[in-house]
Amino acid sequence: MSLFESLGDRLNHIFSKLTKHGKLTELEIKQAMREVRVALLEADVNFLVAKDFINKVSEKAIGEEILNSLTPGQQVIKIVRDELITLMGETNAKLTVSPNPPTIIMMCGLQGAGKTTMCGKLGAMLKKQGKKPLLVACDIYRPAAIEQLRIGAKNAGVDFFEKGTANPVKIAEAAIAQAKKMGNDVVIIDTAGRLQINEDLMKELENIKKEVKPTEILLTIDAMTGQESVNVAKEFNERLEISGVLVTKLDGDTRGGVALSVKAVTGKPIKFCGTGEKIGDIEPFYPDRMASRILGMGDVLTLIDKAQASVDEAQMKKIEENIRKNTFTFEDFLVQFEQIGKMGNLADIAAMIPGMGSKFKMADIDENKIKKYKAIIQSMTKKERMNPDLIKASNRKRIAAGSATTIQEVNSLMKQFEQTKLMMKNMNNGKLQKMLGGKFKF
Amino acid sequence: MGFFQRLASGLKNTKKSFSEKLKYVFTGNEIDEDFFEELEMILVSADIGAITTEEILDELRDKIKQCKVKKTDECKELLKETLTEKLTKDLEEFSYPLAIMVVGVNGVGKTTSIGKLAQKFSEAGKKVVIAGADTFRAAAGDQLKVWADRVKAKYVSGDAGADASAVVFDAIASAKAKSADVILIDTAGRLHNKTNLMEELKKIGGVVSKQYPEAEYHKMIVIDGTTGQNSLSQVKLFDEAVGLTDIVVTKLDGTSKAGFVIELANEHPNVDIRYIGVGESADDLLEFNAKDFVDAIFE
Repeated sequence: MSLFESLGDRLNHIFSKLTKHGKLTELEIKQAMREVRVALLEADVNFLVAKDFINKVSEKAIGEEILNSLTPGQQVIKIVRDELITLMGETNAKLTVSPNPPTIIMMCGLQGAGKTTMCGKLGAMLKKQGKKPLLVACDIYRPAAIEQLRIGAKNAGVDFFEKGTANPVKIAEAAIAQAKKMGNDVVIIDTAGRLQINEDLMKELENIKKEVKPTEILLTIDAMTGQESVNVAKEFNERLEISGVLVTKLDGDTRGGVALSVKAVTGKPIKFCGTGEKIGDIEPFYPDRMASRILGMGDVLTLIDKAQASVDEAQMKKIEENIRKNTFTFEDFLVQFEQIGKMGNLADIAAMIPGMGSKFKMADIDENKIKKYKAIIQSMTKKERMNPDLIKASNRKRIAAGSATTIQEVNSLMKQFEQTKLMMKNMNNGKLQKMLGGKFKF
Repeated sequence: MGFFQRLASGLKNTKKSFSEKLKYVFTGNEIDEDFFEELEMILVSADIGAITTEEILDELRDKIKQCKVKKTDECKELLKETLTEKLTKDLEEFSYPLAIMVVGVNGVGKTTSIGKLAQKFSEAGKKVVIAGADTFRAAAGDQLKVWADRVKAKYVSGDAGADASAVVFDAIASAKAKSADVILIDTAGRLHNKTNLMEELKKIGGVVSKQYPEAEYHKMIVIDGTTGQNSLSQVKLFDEAVGLTDIVVTKLDGTSKAGFVIELANEHPNVDIRYIGVGESADDLLEFNAKDFVDAIFE
């Protein structure tokens, strides 16, 4: 994993020689692609998918485009990233709506992928969009699966249908009849999780499909899945001709190479992602963000989105301005700490920042620490806050005493400040590639 | 041919071509670079990470030189040996009273594993108490109760949203009162990078050490066998939080190979790979055996 984190560094190293003679050789591309390949594999992209991908990108990279480029390192990363985005789908897909309601969504996937949870989330999302979904319990095998879906429906505030452990095909039929009667315009059918090699259960899914003719058949897949993802996706797609994919548990720290693998073998769009335990934790799939994540460049864009959604625009604008002018101060830092509380779980946010996820333990920046940091900044003089360079050892001692903290804690904040400043500067430049090309350390 | 078509044909019946490829790899031909590339595919496809695979192959190259092996088929045993060595370890038997806290991320099969363990211990004549301390997931308790009833184990739980530590506290009291041999503690699935949930887990774990010091205390992580490299992060962070003692790998009745255990054995020598789950019934929870496991990678 350590190697993975340093993909940026390693590429920098390979390309650092280039600035001297400004030309990219086939050998250098090959070296770079070796690193990219390891990165993909460590992100759980399937071996064969990674191999094909590398071949394809290499073909593209070895050529004029690169040779004429002024910053070859950046351009290689750009080609890799663009190619990832293209392959995973350029825009995020929407759910298909049936012209003859109800729209029928059938779920499928392995045990524990998160199908039942996703049913509830989809239900809640559709309800928000003005639909009237009906959740149908067709997982008659797992103990308490019906109960779990019932609770999911309740949390989502949508209708629920079950018929105990009757034949799942019959349950689905009856549910659709009821939906028509009660005016439910969307029916979401939860099915039993199964290994794709379980013949009986796969047949059952085929039967449900044949009977209810779903508008959408969505494969739910765990973002942490390994090399096996291609077999799972391939088998479900061949048997059921899925219409799309849901990737769950993306709030973890997995690189999620499964997204590329599954898209590559099925050609079907990834529609939504599960990003948390709460009923509202469902997001559209953004290929660009996923590409950055797979490459270990973090999910900076999502972070920016999240920040924008919850942060005081005016105050942030001022900070942005300061960053642009390279005059980011402790005053700004203080404002940030206040804003950060509004953005939600700190660990989630940390995971989205390149290099932060595991390198800095965001666990260290718990709420108490933030309180301490605030106290430290508040113990600085106005001058010190505006010009951190003024803070010398003796000042630190005073600040520590004033804020009832230790010098180590003051130092730690100073360091955090410098790192944030650097990161913000890089983010401000707008181009992720620059982080790789520039001095930003992964 | 486009990327997708090319790939589709490349992946055609992956599993079949995989075993066919194996035959083709260890033909008895001379060892060359192509051979190592094929080996790399086998190991990486088994979810042994790319970097670890590289290390394993370097080791193999050395051994090939040392043993003066020239043919690919002789190499197969050498490679198997290399891998088995990394996984072989004598496990200590459980002693009683025994407390096992089961942890892991969501959907890996914790509750099912507990059910199977309960049956195993019951069949061995042990008195079992199950603590349903997953008070978060909708209907987790119901699922566990079904298992408990099946094996006639005492089941202690709290309402949805109840304090998990309190459930564990009650279950320990019950285990003591009934002089039970084994207490199995189910915990809510949680992603290992969620600091607050990991803190909660520490608290739950602490109740056992404090209230039941006479019990041999195991902290067992359940990992989904279809997981990839994220398994490393899972074990690392759960270990940091509660100090893991054992690993269970589930869902190995599919085509996944769970090769990441080789990396886990290397990075966490103090955590024992204890069981693997290969099916739905209680008998399908097998004690981990390094040789069988490695053999399965090459099937």
